[in-house]
Order: sequence, then structure tokens, then C-alpha cells
Amino acid sequence: MAQPLIKKDDDRDDEADYSPFLGIEKGAVLQEARVFNDPQLDARRCSQLYSSVLFRTDLGLFRVDSGYYQAFVSAESGRNLYKGQIEATEVFFAVTKLFQSRDIGLRRMVYLMIKELSPSADEVIIVTSSLMKDMNSKTDMYRANAIRVLCRITDGTLLTQIERYLKQAIVDKNPVVASAALVSGIHLLQTNPEIVKRWSNEVQEAVQSRAALVQFHALALLHQIRQNDRLAVSKLVTSLTRGTVRSPLAQCLLIRYTSQVIRESGGNTQTGDRPFYDYLESCLRHKAEMVIFEAAKAITELNGVTNRELTPAITVLQLFLSSSKPVLRFAAVRTLNKVAMTHPMAVTNCNIDIESLISDPNRSIATLAITTLLKTGNESSVDRLMKQITNFMSEIADEFKIVVVEAIRSLCLKFPLKYRSLMNFLSNILREEGGFEYKKAIVDSIVILISDIPDAKESGLLHLCEFIEDCEFTYLSTQILHFLGIEGPKTSDPSKYIRYIYNRVHLENATVRAAAVSTLAKFGALVDSLKPRIFVLLRRCLFDCDDEEPSEEPFDINSVPKEIKSQPLAEKKAPGKKQPTGAPPSGPPSPDDAYEKLLSSIPEFSGFGKLFKSSAPVELTEAETEYAVNAVKHIFDSHVVIQYNCTNTIPEQLLENVTVIVDASEAEEFSEVATKPLRSFPYDTPGQIFVAFEKPEGVTAVGKFSNMLRFIVKEVDLSTGEAEEDGVEDEYQLEDLEVVAADYMLKVPVSNFRNAWESMDPNGERVDEYGLGPRESLAEAVSAVINLLGMQPCEGTEVVPNNSRSHTALLSGVYIGNVKVLVRLSFGIDSSKEVAMKLAVRSEDENISDAIHEVVASG
Amino acid sequence: METCPSVKNILLLDSEGKRVAVKYYSDDWPTNSAKEAFEKSVFTKTQKTNARTEAEIAMFENNIVVYKFVQDLHFFVTGGEDENELILATVLQGFFDAVGFLLRGNVDKKEALENLDLILLCLDEIVDGGIILETDANVIAQKVASHSMDAGAPLSEQTISQALATAREHLARSLLK
Repeated sequence: MAQPLIKKDDDRDDEADYSPFLGIEKGAVLQEARVFNDPQLDARRCSQLYSSVLFRTDLGLFRVDSGYYQAFVSAESGRNLYKGQIEATEVFFAVTKLFQSRDIGLRRMVYLMIKELSPSADEVIIVTSSLMKDMNSKTDMYRANAIRVLCRITDGTLLTQIERYLKQAIVDKNPVVASAALVSGIHLLQTNPEIVKRWSNEVQEAVQSRAALVQFHALALLHQIRQNDRLAVSKLVTSLTRGTVRSPLAQCLLIRYTSQVIRESGGNTQTGDRPFYDYLESCLRHKAEMVIFEAAKAITELNGVTNRELTPAITVLQLFLSSSKPVLRFAAVRTLNKVAMTHPMAVTNCNIDIESLISDPNRSIATLAITTLLKTGNESSVDRLMKQITNFMSEIADEFKIVVVEAIRSLCLKFPLKYRSLMNFLSNILREEGGFEYKKAIVDSIVILISDIPDAKESGLLHLCEFIEDCEFTYLSTQILHFLGIEGPKTSDPSKYIRYIYNRVHLENATVRAAAVSTLAKFGALVDSLKPRIFVLLRRCLFDCDDEEPSEEPFDINSVPKEIKSQPLAEKKAPGKKQPTGAPPSGPPSPDDAYEKLLSSIPEFSGFGKLFKSSAPVELTEAETEYAVNAVKHIFDSHVVIQYNCTNTIPEQLLENVTVIVDASEAEEFSEVATKPLRSFPYDTPGQIFVAFEKPEGVTAVGKFSNMLRFIVKEVDLSTGEAEEDGVEDEYQLEDLEVVAADYMLKVPVSNFRNAWESMDPNGERVDEYGLGPRESLAEAVSAVINLLGMQPCEGTEVVPNNSRSHTALLSGVYIGNVKVLVRLSFGIDSSKEVAMKLAVRSEDENISDAIHEVVASG
Repeated sequence: METCPSVKNILLLDSEGKRVAVKYYSDDWPTNSAKEAFEKSVFTKTQKTNARTEAEIAMFENNIVVYKFVQDLHFFVTGGEDENELILATVLQGFFDAVGFLLRGNVDKKEALENLDLILLCLDEIVDGGIILETDANVIAQKVASHSMDAGAPLSEQTISQALATAREHLARSLLK
């Protein structure tokens, strides 16, 4: 019997030989299917073939084109292979044919098939008479199984017809038949409760059955019939707890029902004794482990359980802790873990046994053991415990480590005096290998400890500083830098953090650099003594950024640094006021000298004319991804250039010939005319890719572009910095980018809206009213329309006073083609939050006024 | 806790995590891909454990899974997080031993696939709609293996063809509506 474990490759071969189900040819099944028409029906062969169909059901492959279907249908009807669609009904007919077989095994497969196919009412008729006949058969196995099948497919009408048989079956001498009827009753109670409730006399009788499982099923059904009758349940429990319950499963049920009665009876009697506690306690001496455990668990979950009540339960659980069976150890330590949350003292007696479980080969048990100990441990045992955990941590998966980190966090909050060793532990594991979720759990814990334990602040902040020196997760670095900006300036010596923060400005990707600059600014704003030093650093980091740009891309020199420069300047004007948090790459929304210079320096784009507008960057990747990409839309009269700003965040990779493959099938009026790829794209050096589209002049075409980054990736040896010779072509899907109507509108303010409005020709005015439907609020509706139009709100009219029922917003802008546009928007909201809007547009060109209406009408 | 002990699924996978036979009794995994994802995650996380002498146990997505391996077959039984672990282990042991009896000790994937009908019947005799029917491996195996011919039971050809005729007429009517 004991054959050696087969190696993978051999296994493959075996599969083809032995499994008729996995790789079988349709023809072979048809060949096989002849057995159904054979007058000397080979039942066993049929049964095996049958299982292949069921097997496919399990795979979810019960498709109409399945060879198996066809095999059955053709076998049944004697027709040629049925082509085209085959109804499940036909399979069902085929199945019923097999009722003629006398073979029990095959009959049972038919039963199974009927259950799997869950036939419709029409189809049920075919099998009902056969099943009813089986239900009255002399063969017990037929009866039991026919009952289960019939009850599964029955409806209310049919059920009334067979009710008499079912009631008899419940008290049948044969336990298999009785159980089948009882279990079916449990299922039927959900759909036909009024019928099943009529069986309670028979069910009551079955509860007294000598057959163990009949008693179990009868008890479950009886309880469900009576579950809304508290008194009846209480009586049931009272009589059974005094009598004999044979099966361990029934005993477990009774324990659950007893707990329910205890809970609902509302606590202790006058004498302080809990009713039925003695019964639960006696179950702790039962011979079946499942009953002992059920009772122990029930006791630990009693409302307001006392230590005296707990003790015997804890004692048996403690014995289970040293069982040779992992399931038993797991169940026991999991229950003790829960007890430790409310009664840590009650569990301390088991601490030695639990400690030995730290080395349990089952890591779930080991983790439960650790977290239990962390809950029950006292101040003096913390250090010893931490030593044990340190060894354990390297052996378990991240998901378990997170549980441990969380337990350590609560332990530290419980014993603040022990913060030193716990904080050390956290900082040590922070330095080790680990995934994002795990590292985040540690960082979160340190942050919470810093916030809650003042003494832990300085050391905690330094641990975090050390961590970001070598942190691969942009999200965590920025979170920590942000936190440093809040907590750092409040410490006794803020200057010691500056070095760590300033280092980030040199060595990190754009997002982290931005966070670091922002944090430096916070230190500068909040700590007067540091202000001069910070200014120097901020100025210096501008020059550093310049040096970082690759010289082979001439336009870079003008673009990125300009954007960064704007930030510290604003900082200088208003130190100590509002903190800028924007990242450097997010450039200003208006057309920008830098963009203009940049684009005109590219020969392919020089013929596009004057740049009308450049949008704000739109992120095309999630934070923390391998490649960070955002896009800027540059709008020209008859062209749109998309500028993809990319950062490669993987040190081990050098990308070459990077292009963006743009699918403009959902932007019909655009056609791609030029693309400017990035020849070389090393780690952490921002680069740009451009794709230019032509569009009809004077048409404000809109549409959606789907983007895919395509490149050759080469591995970089980090020790030498050398890239491999050969690369692999790869692709990376980016988010979609949309060109919308607002892209064709420049936000240009006017100094006096009323004068400007009056000076425009009233004949070019276009007015219309729109219903905006129910909105969240008036303010939300106003800002949605302003965003849709992309215009400049004037005179502060974008702000809607609280509780206003109506509002007027004044907007101005310049539309593509340099057409001045003014808009008056009047909003009203009713009690059901329906918003109506009147839109009046004046412009130098009435076609443009119409175009604005179209934007709103289609938006 | 007042509820009857219940089983959410029973899985029999091979040594690569592919299905040999599975049966779900709960709606927690409504689609086939949800079921496959669950099987994959359970298989991957238990693959390296040694569940050959004693049944092992783990938690997945708020479910308890008890499991045992033999040769190239992996047996799993899943229940809710509040279920009594030992009850689930008893169901697993019943399934495991019954399959052992039915395959006459040759418990491996090849033998299991060749006798898949027995395995499927075995599953059907252990749990019905999530409720435990029987956990004694001997009884389960006997119920499955009772292949004796039964003289009293066969239905006459007439009964079946009558039924088919009635049903076909019935179906045609409902199609014409």
C-alpha cells in the first residue's frame, strides 16, 4: 500500500492515465456512455461514469456544451450526438432513466445527481413517483436517501402529500431512516415551518431514541421548533440534563441550549448558585473530549462568571494544553486567550504550560500562546517574555507577527514603565525583513506609544528617524516625516532630527522629498532658533535638485526646479503661517513659462502654435507602486500633448526605451501624431514622456485615453551600479486619462464682474435653466458646476453660506481661441434637496456661449 | 451558540491543490471563483505543515479549518470561528477513515479518482446541508458500500415512461404559454 510519494513529473503522466475526468476526450466519454444502453447494464461502470458528471458540477463546469451532457443525452435517447444547446432538463430525463437499475450504488448516484441539478417543479414530477416508491421500499438505504432527496426538491403541496410518511419515518426503527427524516425536517423548517411544527410529538419521541445520532438530530429539530417558546426550551433542558443523553454531539447541543437558558434566566439565584451550573460542571468529567471542551467553553462565556466557577473549566483546558493533538491544544489556548482578556488572573496558573507552546510547530498555536502570555504577564515577567518572543519572531509569517505587535502595544500601554524594553523590541523588529502591513503595524504602534507615554517620545522618534534612513515604503516614510513635523519641534532638542530629515531630501523619490521639505519647513516655522539654518537647507536643496536632473534631457533643467522653487519662496513670505504640503511636482494650473519653454524645445511640437493651457498633474498610478506616473495635459489650438511625468522607484531596475502606448478608441476626435519616448530611465530620476494628438481646430474635443507604459527592463547590480546587457520587454498598465471641457477653459479673473458683464453685448447672451436632481447640498452642487466649467469664481461667490436656499455664483474665464467668457449661475434648492440652476452666459462669440451650455447639458 | 454544530465545507484536494472532490454547504463562497480562491488560500497556507500523523488546525478568514494529509491527498473540513474545534475534527476523522475503508487502505489520488463515486457518496453520508449526519467511519463506509442487489425495489419500465410522458406534455404546455 505505502507507495513512495510520486514526483511532480511522474504525477502528470499518471494523471493522464488514471483520471478519466481531467483530460478526457469527448469521444472517449461517448464510447463509455454506451454502457447506459447496454441491456446488461454494468452498474459499477455507470456509477463511475456518473461521478465524472458530478465531478464536473463540482468544478462549476456544468456547461451546456460539455461533452458529458452530450454523452448522457445521446445515450439516453439513442439519437446521434445532440449538437447545439442542451437543456438541463434533458440531462435530467437521462438521469431518471437510470432509476431502472437495481443497483443501490447507482441509484444513490442518481439521488446525488438530482440534488445537484436542483430541478424545477416541472421536472420534479418525473422523479416524484419513483422517489415516493423508494420511500416506501423495504430497503432502508433507499428509504433514507429517498426521503432526503424528496425533501430537498419538494414544495409545500408535495410536502403535504408525503407528510404522513415523514412522520412515520421520524419514529422508524431504523436510525438511518429516522435521522434522514429529522435532518430533512430541520431544513424544511426554514421554508415550511407550519407543517414541520405539526410533527413535534414524533420528534419528542425520537429524542428518547436509543440511537445516538437520532437523539442528536431530534434534539436539534425539537429545539428549533420551540426556540421562540422560552418556557418550553427551559423545560426541555431541565428534563434532559437529568436524563441520559447518549451521543456526544447531542450532549454538546444540550450544553449550548443550557447556556441559552442560563443567559435568559438572568443570572444567579438568591443563594448565589447559578442554575444549571452543576450540569455544565459535570460535563467537564464526560468521557468525550468534544463535550468536555464544549462545557469548558460554555463556562468561560457565562455572563459575569466568577473565579470560583471558572476554576474547574480552566483546569481541564490546562490539561488539553499538553495534549498530543494539535486541535486540542489550539482549542484550549484559543479559549484561554479569550478568558485572558477579561480574567487575566484566572489564566496565570497555566502560564508555564502556555510558555512551552511558544515552540509549538503549529504557528497558530504558538501565536495564540504568545498573545495570551502578553495579556496575563505581570510587570516583572515582561523582560523574560520579550527574550522568548525575539527568538520566535523570526520563525513566523507576517500575519502572526502583526498579532504579536498589537499585543505588545497593549502590554506597553498597560505597563508604561516597561516602555524601554518594549520600544527596543519594536525598533529591533522594525529593522528586520518584513512586508508593508507588518512594518505599518510596528510604526503605528510606536506612534501610539509616543503619543501616550511622554517618556517614550524622544527614543521613539529617534527609532523612527533611523527607520526612514532605510525604508523602502514611500507611504511609511511620508507618514513618519509628517509625524516628525508635528512632534519633533516640541521636543527638548529639535535640532537632532534635522539631519535625518534633510538626508531624505537627497536620497528619496519625489513624494518623500516633498514630505521632507514640508517637514523641514515645519521645523523652521515652529522653532525660531532653527529658522536661519532651515532657510539655508531649503535653499540648498534647490541646487541639489538641479544637479540630480540628467543632462541628456535638456528640457528637464527648466521644468522641475521651477516648480520646486515656488514652494520655499512662499514659505519665506509667510513663515509660521499656513504650512504648504503640496508636493513639488504638482505644478501651477495656469500655462506656465516652464511648460511653454519645455514644449517649444521639442522639435516635434514646435509647430503646434501657442500653448493655451496646461492642466494640473493627474496621478495615473496609486501611491507605493513600482513606477509613479502623473500626467499633464497641454492644450493647443488643434493639438493636445500629454506629458507623462514618471519616476522609477525600483533601485534594481534600469528601464530603457520607455514609451506610453495610448489607446484613444474612446477619444474619437483625437489622432496620435507624435510620441517622444524616454531612452533611459534609471532609478529615482524623474523623466518625461510625451504623446501628441491632433484634433479638429476650434472643436473642444473630449474623450478618454487608456495608457500603458511599455519598456525594456534591465536588472541593476546594486553593488556595482552596473546594468545587465540584456533586458526584457515589459508593460505596466496606468490609469485612464480624460480630456474634459474644462481643459479648454483658462481661469482668468476679472476685477469688476458687474462692469465686465455690462460691457458685453447682451445680444450674445444665452440663458437656460437646468434641473440638477437631488444633491448632497447646495454648496456641493455649486462647486460641481464650477469644476465642470473650469472657470474662475469671482468676488468670492464660490462660497455658499450655511443653510442658504439659493445662491448666485459669478465666473469668468478665457475659452480656447482666446474668447472671453462670463457666467452667472443662479441656484435654488428645495426641501427634498432638488437643485435647479439658471445659467446665463455672455461671451464675445455667441457660438462659445452655446458651447458652454452644451458642456453643462452633457455634464 | 444556540445553533446546531455546522460544517461549511469539506474539501479533498490533491498535492497541487487541485480538486478531487469538494462539497460546500454554506453561502459564504457564492461563486465558483470564490470557492477556488478559498481552496487555493487554504492549500497554500497548510501545504508545508505536517498533518500526517495528527489532524492540524488553522484559521482562515474567520473560519476554522481542520486538516489531515495522506499520500498525495489533502483532507479539509471548515467551520465557523465559533464552532467547537473538536466537533470539526471528529467530522474530519470520520471522512478520513471512511475514505480509508472504502479505498481499502490504498488512499491516494489515483485510487480516489477511480472511485470518485464512492467519495461523493461518502460526503453525502457525512453531512447534509451543513448538519452532521454521521461521524462514525465504519457506519459511513457501510452505508456507502452497500452495493447489494435489491429484488424488491426496481421500478417497472411503465412507471418511468408514464412519468416521462406526463412531464414532457407538461413542459410543452409551459413552453407554449
